[in-house]
Parts: sequence; structure tokens; C-alpha cells
Amino acid sequence: MAARGHKRRRWDQLPIAIAMLLPSLIILTTFVLYPLGRAIWLGHQRCDGQGKRCTSNGWDQYWDVFRSTEFQNSLWVTFKFALITVPLGLILGVGLAVLGNKTLRGIGLFRTVFSSTVATSVAVASLMWFFLLQPEVGALSNVGWLSDLFPTLKSPGLLRNPNTALWSVALSSVWASLGFTFILVTAGLQGIPEDVHEAAAIDGATGSRRFWAITLPLLGPTLLFVVIVLTTRAFQMYGEVDLLTEGGPRPDATTTLTYLTYGEQSIINNNEGLKAATAVLLFVVLLALSMLQLRGIGRRVHYGS
Amino acid sequence: MAADKPPTGARLVGRYTLLGIVTFVVLFPVYTTVVAALKPGNKVLEQPLLPTAFTLGILRDAWTDGRLGRYLVNSLIVAVIITIGQLVTSVSSAYAFAMLDFPGRGALFVLFLATLLVPLEATVVVNRRTVDNLGWLNSYQGLAIPFVATAFGTFLMRQTFLSMPKELLESAKIDGAGHFTFLRVIAIPLVKPTLGALALFSFLSSWNQYLWPNLITTDPDMNTVQSGLRLLRFGSLDKPNLLMAGTVIAAVPIVIALMVFQRSLIRGLTAGAVKG
Repeated sequence: MAARGHKRRRWDQLPIAIAMLLPSLIILTTFVLYPLGRAIWLGHQRCDGQGKRCTSNGWDQYWDVFRSTEFQNSLWVTFKFALITVPLGLILGVGLAVLGNKTLRGIGLFRTVFSSTVATSVAVASLMWFFLLQPEVGALSNVGWLSDLFPTLKSPGLLRNPNTALWSVALSSVWASLGFTFILVTAGLQGIPEDVHEAAAIDGATGSRRFWAITLPLLGPTLLFVVIVLTTRAFQMYGEVDLLTEGGPRPDATTTLTYLTYGEQSIINNNEGLKAATAVLLFVVLLALSMLQLRGIGRRVHYGS
Repeated sequence: MAADKPPTGARLVGRYTLLGIVTFVVLFPVYTTVVAALKPGNKVLEQPLLPTAFTLGILRDAWTDGRLGRYLVNSLIVAVIITIGQLVTSVSSAYAFAMLDFPGRGALFVLFLATLLVPLEATVVVNRRTVDNLGWLNSYQGLAIPFVATAFGTFLMRQTFLSMPKELLESAKIDGAGHFTFLRVIAIPLVKPTLGALALFSFLSSWNQYLWPNLITTDPDMNTVQSGLRLLRFGSLDKPNLLMAGTVIAAVPIVIALMVFQRSLIRGLTAGAVKG
């Protein structure tokens, strides 16, 4: 910081600085820092049946929660969800962007289509897929030949089959973030100077070789950013599960960390102490993730000049 | 890539076929949604893939009985409060960090950045209590106030202010302008593109909020579009066309907004992706 440079500290600017920072400080303290600290405190309290009267129970409650089958399961479900959605979203996003980056008449229209899902909120996208996938009143299950071909569409339904539920939720989520990924990767592609490609083409590099040897490495920073955003989204995903499966099929095939903490059908729905504990553990998981990502930045990534 | 020669003949047909197939796949959920939203109840499950009947009545039902009209107004009010709040607090705190020199600046800035690491999902358990204690359940202030300041906005605006030539402030001072005048007359007009991107980003993220409005809204009239769709989803399982009509109504304003603001949206989304 510059302040250290010139030793004379500018005390006279302090009042105006405080006045300008105060609104942000009040909000961030009240609604970000305090609740985090408070949640850490609440997390060690054990509550009664109604979840209202809580007593201190020692810090090992965190350890108990962490070891519980419910938490372990939701952690695993969340990881699986990320392992499905991040690679799939990345590959499809890059594919769409490469497809949309050709010089063709009318390509602008296709680009608009490919970026269109950015306009859907979690609720809008999830309800679209809910209608597609619902066994009784869904669009796909009421297409005769389709449900003959895939009987699981009708009974029990992709969202109620424990083997397909998480994949279906993931599909909905990948679809919803496709537009976002497409826009980012397209911007990245357009930042690659054309002469690099021309030079490679003159040297005889084929289209696919140019893609692997030039396009992809030069896209590095963009792809890393996409991976970070998709991973964070995967770990914070809530609306899709709430609307599509409510954490089910029973007991917990799609109960993610967030659904375990906030879901109406969650086993700890009425226990404030346990809720706080899982929320804090969720924070720790996300923090670990951010640290990993920060370490990853700058390594194995080619930054163009 | 751009270095390719424009394809001709069979290759050209192949390209368009591929683009067509992909377009079909991407738009398929949208298509079935719109088809269902425009069908009367008795027709919606016969041939769900084909527009065999047409009515605007279900959209009207979703607007009035499904209360989507009310929810849209609520979402708009909340998103506008949050957007204006974030612009004001971000500009003001970013200005302090970028243009003022005061003891504790570095430490405070680190504190701001640290809040970026705290996800919403970790704080809402306690925030619900706080808002309850303030008597803000089922209110616009409860929906909006916790989000009227963000470290992201502060950070973004600070970067932008730092990229302004230092001489601007010096010469403004010589002309006798205070910080407020400088901010209003010179700095804000200069950073308008970034402000626009931040506004769009704030608006979209508050419009799309799902968890928070669900947690603090028990009065149906105070739902936002997103939490209202949840009510509709659990309340009208037997009326898929009503549910889809609600979904269409919820999506349309954002589709229109994005068409209008396409450029700054892309700038906003890519702001974090580019270096520097």
C-alpha cells in the first residue's frame, strides 16, 4: 500500500474515509462477518426437539456432524455432482463456442441461441426440466414411443430413480449454465490473435492439431476461470435439488450439503445447532476449494502477453 | 477457426446441419415449456411435443391466480433496491480505498476481500434470525438490505478508479474541487461502463436469488418471482401448463433485458476472466 511509502500517515483523510466506508462496513459486518462467527458458535450447541432451546455441547459436535452418515453422504453427493457438472459443462461450453466461432452466414443467430440459457434463473431452468422429466405430468413420459423405449421415464421417472436422479439434476444444471460458459469461452476465443492461427496453418497444422496445440493452451486462463465458477456453483447448488427432487429419492440420493442444511425435507431441518454446524462445514469445504484454486492459478496456465 | 477458408458444398451443409442439431437440443426444454404454457389443461398431455392447441388463458391464469404479476413487481422492487444500493456503496468504499490515504487502509481492504470467501450459504442460518429480530421477515428491506453492499463491487470499482490517471485528482484539487465534486463531475462519468456492468450483474444476481427469499418469506404476497415459482411448483402439480405458463412469465423480463443490454452483459460476465 502506498501509505507505507510516505511515512506521514494521512490522519486528516480518516474522517472522510470512514464516512465513505461506513455503509459497506455496516452491511458486511452485520450480514457476512457476524453471522459467520455466530454460526461457528451456534454449531457447537445441541438443541431440543423443537430446535429452539439450545445448550452448549462442546466443540466435538463438529466432529460428530462430520462423521455422521448424513453429512458424509451429502459431501459425497456434492462431490459427485461437481464431478459430473464441471467437466460436462466445460466440454459442452468449449464445443459450443468453437462451433459458434466459425465464419458463416447467420452465425450470429446461432450464437444468440447458444448463449440464451444465461437468461434462465435456477427456478426457471429447473421447472423446465421438471416438466420434461416428471413421470406423471411430464413432457417426455407422455410421448408414447419414448416411454416405451425408456420405461424408466414413466416409472419411476428419471428423478425418482436413485440411479438417475443425480444425473438428471446435473443435466438440468449443466444446461442452465451452458449459456454462461459459452459466452466466456467465446470471449476467450476471440481474444486469440488471428495471426497465430494463420502462421500455424501456413506451417501445415491441421484444424484439429491447431485446436489442441494453439487454441486450447491459449484459452487456459479462460478455462481456469470457467472451472472455478462451475465448481463453486456446483458446491453451492441448491435450487435445482429443492425443485427437482427435494433431496430424494428417499432417503438422500440427491441430498447435497446445501440441501442437508436448508432443505425442508432435510433430516436436520428443525435443529438450529446442527444447521449451523453443517453451514460452517460447508464454508470450510468451500474455503479449501478456494485455496486450491488460488494455488492452481499461475500454474500450468498459459497467460497470453 | 478464423484462419479457415469459408467452407463450401458438402462441408457447408454439414456445418449447418450440426448447428441445427445443437440448436434443437439447446432449445428443446424451452420449446416444450412454451408449448405447454399455451395449451388448455385438457390438451397439455396429449402429444406434449406438438402445439396441437392454443390459448392465452393459462398465461392469464398464471398472472392473476398464480400471482406472477405480483411476484414480478416484488422482484423488481427488491432488485432495484439492491442494485442502487450496491452501486452507491461500491463507488463510495472503492473511492476511499483507491483515492484516499488513511491509517488502516490495507487492513480494512483485506477485511473486505475476506468477505468474498464467505459464501451466502454459510451465513443465511444466522441472517434469518437477524432479519427476524429486526422484524423484517416478509418485507422488502428483509429481502434487499443484507445485499446492498458487496466486496466484489468494491473491488471492481477500486480497480477501475486505480486505472484513472492520478493527475486528474491533483488538477481537480488545484481547481478547488473537493472529493465529492471530483467524484460526481469527473470520476463517475469516467467509470460509467464498469458501473453499467456492475449494475447489470447486481440486478441479475439479486433477481435470480432463490434460497434467501424462500427462507424469509411466509406471506405469499411477499414472494419474489423465484420463490413464487417454488410455491407454484408445489401447489399446482396437477396443472403442468399453469406451472409452465408461470415459468414463461418469469423468464420473459430477463430475456428482454438481456437483449437490450447484451453488450454490457458480456462485459460484466467476462470482467473477471480477463487479466488485470
